[in-house]
Amino acid sequence: MDMKKLIDDAKTFGADYFPMFLRKPAPKFVTESGNPVFGIVAEFDETPKVFKAAKKVRDAGYSKWDVHTPFPIHDMEEAMGIKTTKLPLMAGGAAVTGLCIAILLQWGTTDWLYPTVVQGKPFEAWQPFVPVMFELAVLFTAFMCIFGMLALNGLPRFHHPLFSHERFYRVGNDRFFIAIEATDPNFDPEKTKKLLEDIGGTDITLIEDVN
Amino acid sequence: MSDMHPDQTIALQASGVTSVQPVARRVPIIPGTKDDGTLSEDPALRAPLVLGERSFDDVTNIVCGYAEAPIPKIWLTAFTITSSIAALGTGMILYLIITGVGVWGLNNQVDWAWDITNFVFWIGIGHAGTLISAILCLLKQNWRTAVNRAAEAMTIFAVICAGIFPGIHIGRVWFAWFLAPVPNANGIWPNFRSPLLWDVFAVSTYATVSLLFWYMGMIPDVATLRDRAALRLHKGVSRGFKMPMPLGDGLPLHFMPKPDQIRVLIYGIMALGWRFSSRHWHRYEKAYLMLAGISTPLVLSVHSIVSFDFATSIIPGWHTTIFPPYFVAGAVFGGFAMVLWLLIPLRMFLPNFSDLLTLRHLENMAKILLLTGTMVGFAYSMEFFIAWYGANEFEFAAFANNRVNPAKAPYWWAYWTMIICNVLFPQLFWFRRMRQNPLVIWIVASAVTVGMWFERFVIIVTSIHRAFLPGEWHMFFPTWVDILTFVGSCGIFLTLFLLFLKFLPIFALSEVKIVMPQSHTDDHH
Repeated sequence: MDMKKLIDDAKTFGADYFPMFLRKPAPKFVTESGNPVFGIVAEFDETPKVFKAAKKVRDAGYSKWDVHTPFPIHDMEEAMGIKTTKLPLMAGGAAVTGLCIAILLQWGTTDWLYPTVVQGKPFEAWQPFVPVMFELAVLFTAFMCIFGMLALNGLPRFHHPLFSHERFYRVGNDRFFIAIEATDPNFDPEKTKKLLEDIGGTDITLIEDVN
Repeated sequence: MSDMHPDQTIALQASGVTSVQPVARRVPIIPGTKDDGTLSEDPALRAPLVLGERSFDDVTNIVCGYAEAPIPKIWLTAFTITSSIAALGTGMILYLIITGVGVWGLNNQVDWAWDITNFVFWIGIGHAGTLISAILCLLKQNWRTAVNRAAEAMTIFAVICAGIFPGIHIGRVWFAWFLAPVPNANGIWPNFRSPLLWDVFAVSTYATVSLLFWYMGMIPDVATLRDRAALRLHKGVSRGFKMPMPLGDGLPLHFMPKPDQIRVLIYGIMALGWRFSSRHWHRYEKAYLMLAGISTPLVLSVHSIVSFDFATSIIPGWHTTIFPPYFVAGAVFGGFAMVLWLLIPLRMFLPNFSDLLTLRHLENMAKILLLTGTMVGFAYSMEFFIAWYGANEFEFAAFANNRVNPAKAPYWWAYWTMIICNVLFPQLFWFRRMRQNPLVIWIVASAVTVGMWFERFVIIVTSIHRAFLPGEWHMFFPTWVDILTFVGSCGIFLTLFLLFLKFLPIFALSEVKIVMPQSHTDDHH
């Protein structure tokens, strides 16, 4: 992976959060009003249709695109060609961290920092420390599951160009959308629009990135 | 009502359904039938989880409709009552803090009574939510989607009620921070070898994880509420703010922001900018599955650790190895009873509720009540058997003389209330007609809730009111503060649940949509 692309990606990501410090790279496509193009959105009304369409977009070689659906569609990650997430690995790391903190907290305080004999229980006994070790491992894993998931998703992010599209407000209800972003190397306003028409999308709209 | 076909209106009136059905069914309710079409025992037929041949849009309208409708009078009435009770409970807690634990009926012998009974009662009820969302998720029980949101909410509120009691029973509440793993002024740390400290970790972890689980499940659904409110604002069809009044129409207040504006703000913040992206869903589902995976041992550990509070002591009646599984089964039992107790009346009051929570759902939960009730009954008898078989006279006396025998045990009525409510009542569910009748289920659920409170009372008070020497024997009598604090905690619980019913999505909308036939990716289904 080349360095310039990595920096550009980081800048694009950061610019959403710190527009006063970071500027996005110059857009490849702008509309007549001078706003950068976010991408093109097509609407679908049934699950099988959007599922088949997603496979076709994947096969057309797009990489910066997304399917927005009111509920997680079974096998959609395969249809979109999404690589599986690193989240389980991160959660495993969190579990080990929680376990280590519990070990340090319990041995460190009761055997080293202020050794105290209570109820004649021996210092060597490890069994009484198991419950807290388990609980802290679970706690840290849970934190990683939800906050790691949000971080990988780039959430919270309260503004997004798609929210300027009025039809998109039905995505939580019963509509399915495929959005292909202008930053995709294969993106071409005409060709992409044609593709979305061919795979059965309706209400195909160009979305501006108005900040 | 207006968009309903006249035939359907007549069908509804004929079948005695008087409540308004805002979202018309595509198949009308057949008058005079009690079977909603989900009770078939034919294994080749899969019972539908959403009735009335609903579309996604219908389901969204039903679920969001509860949160978006103007505040109903019946809700306002119920909320007034429960919040008054909650205020009473808060007053009792303040009175206790100002005066001291002497206002309770505790004495030198019975130093744990209603406080810890209430704690274990509430924390037990708090087990159903995570059980439904975690264990039933791993077991791929799709029917859980209808109840998991309400059950998880109930879990959080029950854990809040539970958390009050250990906090206030310690006497000097300003030393409650001694529970936290920090050194005191002498540099001494809490005793990590004590089950009471494990309990602090278990309950606080459980509360945190349940809250996160509940919130995470709600993110897509509050995003739906946000989008709907935003769309109404866009189109200029939002209602103005109306102050709900006890009688007549609401009072319009024009200086207030519109409800939809408040919704967009609050749901918008809660939804964290969720935009239903499949890339997000992919990680979301992974996170959900992992949370379910870790919550399963967690939910089993919490009540095990609560039972260690008792089992690791040497008091006859407490010092038994059966306690952890027995407590966990009891917790699931009590939790499911509370879920049913709360949800069955809602089928009457909320329109379309019974299309999402079908008789099949109720029957499944009744079966779980039967299973766990029988497990609890087995634990009661095994406990007694071991007390006899173990040949320890103190252990045997703790059961025979302090609990069971009406001639000798002053608390025999508590023991037998527990047996009748917890063991006998659920046996009704061996009969199909009983477990398919919502009224019967509700009565059994009420009995079980009472019985589970008495179970904890029996375990705690009857075990310690008579120690080894008769000179230490002492009865426990609750004071009015004891009683009103418990009643107040019920008020707090119900108030929080009513707030949830009115302002949050009470069904897991995106999950209900997954179990609908339209969600399949091929046309063959």
